[in-house]
Amino acid sequence: MAESALLRVCNLNTEFIIPDKGPARALEDVSFEVHPGETLGLVGESGCGKTTALMSILRLLPSNARISGQVFFKDVDLFGLSEKQMRAYRWRELAIVFQGAMNALNPVMRVGEQIREAITLHGLMSSSEAEMRVGELLELVGIPKERGAQYPFQYSGGMRQRAMIAMALACSPSVLFADEPTTALDVMVQAQVLELLNDIQQRLGLAIVLVTHDLGVVAEMCDTVVVMYGGKVAEYGPVDVIFNDPQHPYTQKLLESFPDLNEPTDPSTDSRQVLASIPGAPPRLTEIPPGCRFEPRCHVRIEKCKTESPPLMDVGENHLAACHLLK
Amino acid sequence: MSRRDYLLRKFLFSLLTIFVVLVINFMLFRVLPGDPVRSVIGRNVRISAEMQASLREQFGLDKPVFPDQFFATLQQWAGGNLGVSWSLRQPVAEVLMSKLGNTLLLIGLGQVLSIVFGVALGLFAGWKRKTSFDVGSLTFSLIAWATPTFWLGIILLAAGSTWLGLPTGGIVSPQNVGKPLYTVLPDLARHLVLPTLTMTILYLGEYMLIMRSSILEVLSEDYILTAKAKGMSHWQVLWRHGLKNAMLPIVTMIALNLGFTVSGAIYIETVFSYDGLGKLFHTALVRQDYPLLQGAFLLLAVSVIVANMLADILYTTLDPRVKAN
Repeated sequence: MAESALLRVCNLNTEFIIPDKGPARALEDVSFEVHPGETLGLVGESGCGKTTALMSILRLLPSNARISGQVFFKDVDLFGLSEKQMRAYRWRELAIVFQGAMNALNPVMRVGEQIREAITLHGLMSSSEAEMRVGELLELVGIPKERGAQYPFQYSGGMRQRAMIAMALACSPSVLFADEPTTALDVMVQAQVLELLNDIQQRLGLAIVLVTHDLGVVAEMCDTVVVMYGGKVAEYGPVDVIFNDPQHPYTQKLLESFPDLNEPTDPSTDSRQVLASIPGAPPRLTEIPPGCRFEPRCHVRIEKCKTESPPLMDVGENHLAACHLLK
Repeated sequence: MSRRDYLLRKFLFSLLTIFVVLVINFMLFRVLPGDPVRSVIGRNVRISAEMQASLREQFGLDKPVFPDQFFATLQQWAGGNLGVSWSLRQPVAEVLMSKLGNTLLLIGLGQVLSIVFGVALGLFAGWKRKTSFDVGSLTFSLIAWATPTFWLGIILLAAGSTWLGLPTGGIVSPQNVGKPLYTVLPDLARHLVLPTLTMTILYLGEYMLIMRSSILEVLSEDYILTAKAKGMSHWQVLWRHGLKNAMLPIVTMIALNLGFTVSGAIYIETVFSYDGLGKLFHTALVRQDYPLLQGAFLLLAVSVIVANMLADILYTTLDPRVKAN
């Protein structure tokens, strides 16, 4: 892909050392690129390593995690930095909006102060300038600036998530990680938050990495998609290609399991649209099968899948998939 | 509910609690064995029945317990009159007041030191969880917490006086009484070392244990991850986001302890012959000095209630959510 990538994740491997159980391989050879102004979707079932990937990039995993591989931000290898150097990149360049802002804001600190803190911490502005900036940021996400003096418990769930977004934008980062930003919100508020993210991206031109399991959100928001399964990249490509011509059996099943609003049930036949589901569960990370990780649940598996892990292969322009059947 | 309403409600509730305490305090000493008149005049003095009756009338004991005696007593207490100590022949309020300062000095020093060291130790142990520092301070705290007060006091007394030459008891050496302040202060400090150390060690363990579990819980919260993601150093995270949240349970405990340390000081003051409230209570108990005990109970109860109210007030400034609920 193009050389001008903002963030390049190369062969990211993450494992957690669990006492008495051995290592849990959470990520294996995960690679993707994020370009300026692009929205990349990271999709997959719960536990497939989406959040772990973000946390690995930010180096915010607990101490029992072992990370290898490389992550380049504008040609700087983040894994080669000292902890102190890394801190300068966090929030300043790579900001994150966490899943469920209910608890991601400090309950005993005023919201405005929590935003201001992010700005002054990186020494971007004086205290009084930062104060102004906090007001601007809050208004950008549709919160009256006076409410910056309030505490998180005085906010509704949607407001907290928007405040969290305002906080993430405080240092004008190049990349915004959004880790299931709408999961805990009701549908109306979800739409508002997504619209806000879209709007902000268009205005500020930042890149967004959106972690979600909601394919509808991906279709609406993303330019590129990384489909993850069991800690590996199953398929990677532009959103319209993936949605119209999925190559990996997992992606195919995933798309089938999602209701299609364009082809609703035909009322004359009264046949209700039954959604497909994928039988079985994702592999335990401590007991990774030697072959393809999706093999036990795959509907088109062959003998080879049991023993050999398929590499990511070029299956079209900017389109990669990992399946033995694609030859 | 606004903060004023909240505090007002807490204040009214405290008043109600104090009133209940007064009632119990009044009743308790009227069901205890002993005849006040006999106690005042002494057991072996021969005295006529008429004389006894007139004394009884003078004390108001001929009237019914309720309502006459009850309201008369309340009126006296309200005026600061807690009666006269049988053993010391002095007004109870005066006796209590004269010892209060000494005890507050001991408790104040001991509590401040144990809070500072206990909280710091707990914070650090929780942060450096599962390291040898954590295990070491945890073990020390558990032992300190489980140690009986008088035993620790005696051990420290023996060790301190033998090896460090510290005074074994009292507040100021007899030869220094009435000397100028610059002579008295160092002497006072030397006398305070052992009792203060005893109190510090005793309470430090408790604060450390609570602080440790509190900070462990706080450090697993999402907003701590947010703070780290903002690019804060470990210290900044701990200081700006961890400490205040982790302090919330400690505040309650400090306030409760401040009330109870007055009684906790009984052991320490007795062991070190420290002339404070604790030793006074002990004396009153041994001599069955009911008016003095009654006054002491009242003082204890009121200090616990006041400390609780202070905790509530402090809570509203520490945790904004309290006002809302």
